[in-house]
Amino acid sequence: MTHKNIAFFTTEQLPSLAPPSNTVGATAWIRQNLFSSPINSIFTLLGLYVVYLTIPPLLNWAFFSSDWSGTSRADCTTGGACWVFVQVRLQQFIYGFYPSTDIWRVNLGFLMLVALMAPLFIEKTPRKGLLAAFLLFVYPVIAFILFSGGSFGLSVVTTDQWGGLMLTLVIASVGIVASLPLGVLLALGRRSDMPIVKSSCVVFIEIWRGVPLITVLFMSSVMLPLFLPEGVTFDKLLRALIGITLFQSAYMAEVIRGGLQAIPKGQYEAAQALGLGYWKTMGLIILPQALKMVIPGIVNTFIALFKDTTLVIIIGLFDLLGAVENAIKDPAWLGMAIEGYVFAAAVFWVFCFGMSRYSISLENKLHTGHKR
Amino acid sequence: MSNKINNSDSPGKPPFWNDPAVRSIFFQTLLLIGVFGFLYYIASNTLDNMAKRGISTGFAFLDYKAGFGILMSLIDFTESDSYGKTFFVGLLNTLLVSGIGIVFATIMGFIIGVTRLSKNWLLARIAAVYIETFRNIPLLLQILFWYFAVLRSLPSPRQSWSFFDSFFLNVRGLYIPKPVFESGFSLTLIFLAIGIIGAIFVKKWARKRLDATGQPFPVFYTSLGLILGLPVLAFLVTGAPLTWEMPALTGFNFTGGLPIIPELMALGLSLTIYTAAFIAEIVRAGILSVSHGQTEAAHALGLKTGPTLQLVIIPQALRVIIPPLTSQYLNLTKNSSLATAVGYPDLVAVWAGTTLNQTGQAVEIILTTMAVYLTISLSISFVMNIYNKRVALIER
Repeated sequence: MTHKNIAFFTTEQLPSLAPPSNTVGATAWIRQNLFSSPINSIFTLLGLYVVYLTIPPLLNWAFFSSDWSGTSRADCTTGGACWVFVQVRLQQFIYGFYPSTDIWRVNLGFLMLVALMAPLFIEKTPRKGLLAAFLLFVYPVIAFILFSGGSFGLSVVTTDQWGGLMLTLVIASVGIVASLPLGVLLALGRRSDMPIVKSSCVVFIEIWRGVPLITVLFMSSVMLPLFLPEGVTFDKLLRALIGITLFQSAYMAEVIRGGLQAIPKGQYEAAQALGLGYWKTMGLIILPQALKMVIPGIVNTFIALFKDTTLVIIIGLFDLLGAVENAIKDPAWLGMAIEGYVFAAAVFWVFCFGMSRYSISLENKLHTGHKR
Repeated sequence: MSNKINNSDSPGKPPFWNDPAVRSIFFQTLLLIGVFGFLYYIASNTLDNMAKRGISTGFAFLDYKAGFGILMSLIDFTESDSYGKTFFVGLLNTLLVSGIGIVFATIMGFIIGVTRLSKNWLLARIAAVYIETFRNIPLLLQILFWYFAVLRSLPSPRQSWSFFDSFFLNVRGLYIPKPVFESGFSLTLIFLAIGIIGAIFVKKWARKRLDATGQPFPVFYTSLGLILGLPVLAFLVTGAPLTWEMPALTGFNFTGGLPIIPELMALGLSLTIYTAAFIAEIVRAGILSVSHGQTEAAHALGLKTGPTLQLVIIPQALRVIIPPLTSQYLNLTKNSSLATAVGYPDLVAVWAGTTLNQTGQAVEIILTTMAVYLTISLSISFVMNIYNKRVALIER
């Protein structure tokens, strides 16, 4: 047989053609993700319209036609945001009523905190345990001496002068650090076999979780003086801290209980086989695994606590939101409510979003499940 | 050799200080003594301090005249009513704003959660921006923003924004037409109840028929017809006993109609927006938690997207969604106590605020407030636990 149409045969593989132009590159992506069906196209157009309505005016107000420098209300000449207000009152927003001459103490304290905490996030630092112990036990004493003064020649700054972002960070950090051990004890108690211990822990946790933080703050600021014998007074900040710590420990206990429930029974049995008693089992085997498992949960609780610190304005402490509220009511700066709230919102957003991203990255690092 | 078991090799009873039972009883007794001792100490100090300050104990103050007015009340309230009545006014206001918040936050949260999973990139990003923005800003800040920055910039009553000439929005509030129910309206309500019960029975009967014979029944449209149709029929038959009282501008303000105060609007709006962001994440997590194999199996059986979602995905997703969803409802109810910041007269503002300041009975008032919130929380948790047990996966 003769092969007539020789053109149909080749001896080597033909080069592959480029894919059709509407299946690769930007056009393909747009077709698939934005205009894949008629309904999707309508939604995309609506979405673009919504973005067009909101984003340019917002950017215009906040950045392009706004005032950034000046010293008083008269400098707010453009129609946009008057960030002069924020810039002039910035010290009050960050430090509250802390005397200007002693602000270096606050700065030093927080710089120390950052410097001590940063190595904990880097994998390779040696002696993390020692660093953590220093951070937990020694640093608070140093910070307290720095902030409130009274010794080493530092002038006394009473806690009702603390305010602004500094107070927010103080309340949040003390709240989280103090509620963690209490939460661990409550979680262990709730899982205990002793009926009285178990029921008291359950009652404690359910009571503190079932009431709003405002009533807790009211209770601690109004009722705590009644609970104590006459003559013993508590600093207002301390009362708020006690209330917040007890409130937070109940939530922390539930988070840790979730971690404890996830430890397989084999761990307990192996510890028993090794002859470890209850506390050694918990301290050496169970809690390290449980706490590592719930670190994202703990970070989420911290984020919630950070946002809840704004409630102290209701009992008269001036955290960041309180300082902004105070500044808004200043007669020299009437009408700056939006700028003030946007600034406070931006600060809180940066902190909370950063922490939630960190929590997600932790979850991804520690997660061993099936990703689909 | 003799292999007699030597009894002295067995451990025998431990000394009493190592016996777990004895130690357990000892420590529990210690804890009981500690807790009761602490409570007794606090109680005696409190009684002492209150006696010294001349504050009486007990609930006698509930019958005294209140002497202050409340901005908004669902039941009639005047200054000459008792302090006890302020409790109920505050409680009803809290339940009102919580109810409104829960309904709208759920609807909004589900929509945004599903949008976040949309294949449309732009919609998914917009939903993501919404969620990340409103989750990371404290609720109190959002409430204050909506109240002071937005609602204070509404126009005065004379320049209200009006919609269809019946809804008016100004700085004093939102004025909507008030429904006036005349005498025959109860029949419509009775028929509404009949319609709802009928719909439940239709659903049960249709389910039984489906299980027995495999024939589907249009339950949704039948129920819709019953729930909407029967009351409308009764309404028309009794001569439409419903008129609307329209808000009208008289002088400097509006009379008639139903006023929704700006405090309620700010609180409801911020609670809804804040909680919807959390609910959206919960819904997203729930839908993502259903294994993709379920979708693939449903497609292999020939189900299209709609029935797949309705019959396969959503029932399983609901199992994961409902527990955190109820805890968000609880959070919303507790967060409604932030009403004190804007002056909305909820339970905390009226009872633990004004009444506490006027009577000085801090202990009773704060304890009753905490008891109310505790009751709400525990009852919702209780219901949720029952639901959880019913739908729990029974594993080996």
